[in-house]
Order: sequence, then structure tokens, then C-alpha cells
Amino acid sequence: MDPLDLVGAEPGPARTILFDGRAVSALPGQTLAAALWADGVLAWRTTRRGGRPRGAFCGIGQCFDCLATVNGRPNQRLCLLPAEHGDTVTTQEGHGRADLEV
Amino acid sequence: MLKRTPYDVVVVGAGVVGAACAYYAARSGLKVAVVDRGPVAGGTTGAGEGNLLVSDKEPGPELDLALLSTRLWRELAEEFGARVEYEPKGGLVVATRPAGTDLLHGLAAQQRAVGVEALPVAADELRTLEPHLAEGLPGGYLYPQDAQVQPALAAAHLLRASGADRYLGEAVTGLLRGPGGSVTGVVTGRRELAAPAVVNAAGTWGGELAALAGVRLPVLPRRGFVLVTEPLPRIVRHKVYAADYVADVASGSADLQSSAVVEGTPAGPVLIGASRERVGFDRTLDPGVLHRLAAQAAALFPVLRTVQVQRAYRGFRPYLPDHLPAIGPDARVPGLHHACGHEGAGIGLAPATGLLVSRRLLGEEPELDLAPFRPERFEGAERLEDAEGES
Repeated sequence: MDPLDLVGAEPGPARTILFDGRAVSALPGQTLAAALWADGVLAWRTTRRGGRPRGAFCGIGQCFDCLATVNGRPNQRLCLLPAEHGDTVTTQEGHGRADLEV
Repeated sequence: MLKRTPYDVVVVGAGVVGAACAYYAARSGLKVAVVDRGPVAGGTTGAGEGNLLVSDKEPGPELDLALLSTRLWRELAEEFGARVEYEPKGGLVVATRPAGTDLLHGLAAQQRAVGVEALPVAADELRTLEPHLAEGLPGGYLYPQDAQVQPALAAAHLLRASGADRYLGEAVTGLLRGPGGSVTGVVTGRRELAAPAVVNAAGTWGGELAALAGVRLPVLPRRGFVLVTEPLPRIVRHKVYAADYVADVASGSADLQSSAVVEGTPAGPVLIGASRERVGFDRTLDPGVLHRLAAQAAALFPVLRTVQVQRAYRGFRPYLPDHLPAIGPDARVPGLHHACGHEGAGIGLAPATGLLVSRRLLGEEPELDLAPFRPERFEGAERLEDAEGES
């Protein structure tokens, strides 16, 4: 059963975010991580050394595993950011701050 | 029924100093047990930055200890190296105002006389060493002997290599006493561990262990915060700090002092310290202190303004009134040895401390004169303090 039905939720109209250029639907109040999970996406970052996939782990802003680039800013915690219409989430490879290399 | 286990020495404390004591004692052939009420590196060790510094010390007993430790860390690095994230990266001390360079010249001249390598860095060379450093800084000094380790890994690997029996999650609740009041082991909630020697490596809580033996060792907590940034490419190459840090370390004031200490880590995040304040064991996060640390670090490295801080942690440096640790046998209690009170330098000073403690355990001649580190040296001060308290 759909959890929305279980709790009798009447959410407002969905908004659309872009994940790596693909449209993903998000309900008002959903975090970016929740919207991606609901869409079946579990990983949106690769680790700095091993290139292994990472997504949400703790879901409450403590573990910093769910980092990705949001609207051009790297290292954003998707589990804390409410999905806003038009947000762009980009899979982040490594630290995402190659611009600072010297 | 409680079981007695025959050890040569029981080390209380599984921080980096206790681990180093266990390592050198075991290497000398002693049978060692290590007891801690928490996990390995559960206290100040786990809250440190892992600095192995000679640059921030004036000539004297602590610098002698640091120079000995620098040599020992190099030996240890051959055995543990990358596993403890040992990086002989060097320290860069930066003057933040023109008068600061004179102070740095003076300190460096004294340090060089006792074997510290210190190389002057002109204003226009600073950004060759650290490209992200702020423009217009008047100059600094490079200290190639400064290095870094990951402190929790260092404690864990030293402890493992020691082969010591570990009793973790067991608080020491009492001491076994022999004839003449000598200490002959420890009592935990679960067992008795008998040994002819007990080493107090309880760090900031070393005063409590001394009290169990009926002696006073006035270790006080000196709180420090560290900011941890998002993971970054290597934008900070050395351990970089503002010249004011040396004065902060030497200060005895209970009030807040802070000066920028910035370093990268192999894992990616940049660590930003260093604050010092005497507020007991208060763990409350203080946004004012964090803000000050961030602002001071961004003044040195403007690029940090574009970087997020992910989290902050705090620790309690074990502070003794004269800023020197207590190392060696306690003349007041046979069988009791101390290895605590290293303030903010415990990671760096751990190997020398462990080696010197093991020398005294074996009755051998230590590499350094231990007189400045005598645990009972505060006896006179204690009486003075009591007198002041009564007036």
C-alpha cells in the first residue's frame, strides 16, 4: 500500500527536480534524498578514493554520506534540503571541489 | 572469584600516551596490561588533530622531549607509516603583522641553537609554499621537522603492536596496595590486575587516578574546539598557523584564547583550530568560539570563505600549571608511575614519554633528565594554594 494512503495524506501538487538532467517528481516537504529514493535512485555520489556509490545513510544530517552537487554547489546534504521546483541535483564524483586544486 | 593475572606493568589509559607506554614497555620485554574505562582513543587522543610539533616550543624540557619524539616518530613511521597517516609535511608559522616577524626571528634563533630546523620564509615566498595563503602577509618560518598523524589510528596501531592485554570499558575503581603503601595493581569493576608497577596514562583524568593513590596531581581540563570542513583537494599543504599561537599555548590564563591553526588531512577535510579555555569538562558547543576560529582561519586562507564546515568537535587538554607533563615514578608512592598532563602536545610527545617511562620501569638510564617532569613537583604549590584558599 502507498504510504501516503496509509496516513491519509493530502499533499499539495508535486514539483519537478532534475537529477543528472532527468525530471524527477517531488512532493512538497520531501527532501531531495526522499524524492530520489521514492524514484528508486539510491546513489548520487562516488567516493573520493574507491569510486564506490553512496547515497543516504543516516537520513538526519549527521553522517555526510548523502552529499551531491545541488544547483552548482558541491557537498550538499540531500537528506536536509527540501526539494524546490527546478532544483538540479548532479551526481558528485569525489570531493567535488576540483576548482580549488593548486 | 576475582582472578589475579601476573603482569610486569598495568597501564591505565588507552590513549596515545598509554599506547606508547605499552609499546615501549612490551618492546623491552615487559608483560603489559592496558586498562581504560572507555575505548581506545576515547578521550583527548580522539579529539586531537595529531600534531607532532617542535615549532611551537621554546627551548626547554618540553622541546627536548619533542625533539626526542620527532626522532622516535620517524622510526615508528617506518613500521606504521601510512597506516597511521604519518605525514612529515612541515609546519609553516606565519606572522600576521609586521612586528610578528621579529618575534619569529627571535624564537627561531633560540630554537636552532638546540637542534630545531627553522627556515625563514620571505613575504614573497609564502605563496610558493602555500598558494591559497592570503596576500600581503609579512613573512614566516618553515619548520621541516613538524609532522602529523591521525591520532586515533596512531594509538590503535601502537597498542596492537605492543601485544598488551587490553581491558577496555573497565574503569579503575581502586588500587591494590602492598607493604609501605606501594601500588601493586589496579581494581576494576570486573577484576584485579596485579603488577609491581602501575602507569597513570589517564590524560586529563590523571588527577583522579593519582587521588586513588592518595596523592595530588593537579591536572585540569583546557577545552579546545576543532572545525572540520567538507572534503577538499589538498589546498593546505603544511600545518599552517598564525604566530600568535605560540603565545596562546604558553598562556596560563583561564580565559578564551584562539589563533588560527589550519591543516589538511589525507581524508580530505581541512581541520581548523585552535581555541583554549579553562571551563572544566563543559561539553557545550560554543558558537562564538567556532565563529572566531572560522574567521581567523579565513583571514589566513581566504579560500576557506567558500568552504562549508561540516562539523565541530571538542576535547579537553590535560593541563598542568607549568605546562609540562608528569613523567616517571612518583616519589610519594612506590610502584606508581605517571605519564600524563601533556596538554595539547600529547600526540607528539607520546613516543618519548613511552620510551622514558619504560626506561624507568626497567631501572635503566633515561635519554633525558626527568627532573623537570617530576610528578611531585607541585607539592609546594599545593600548600601555597591551600594557604590562599584559607585567607
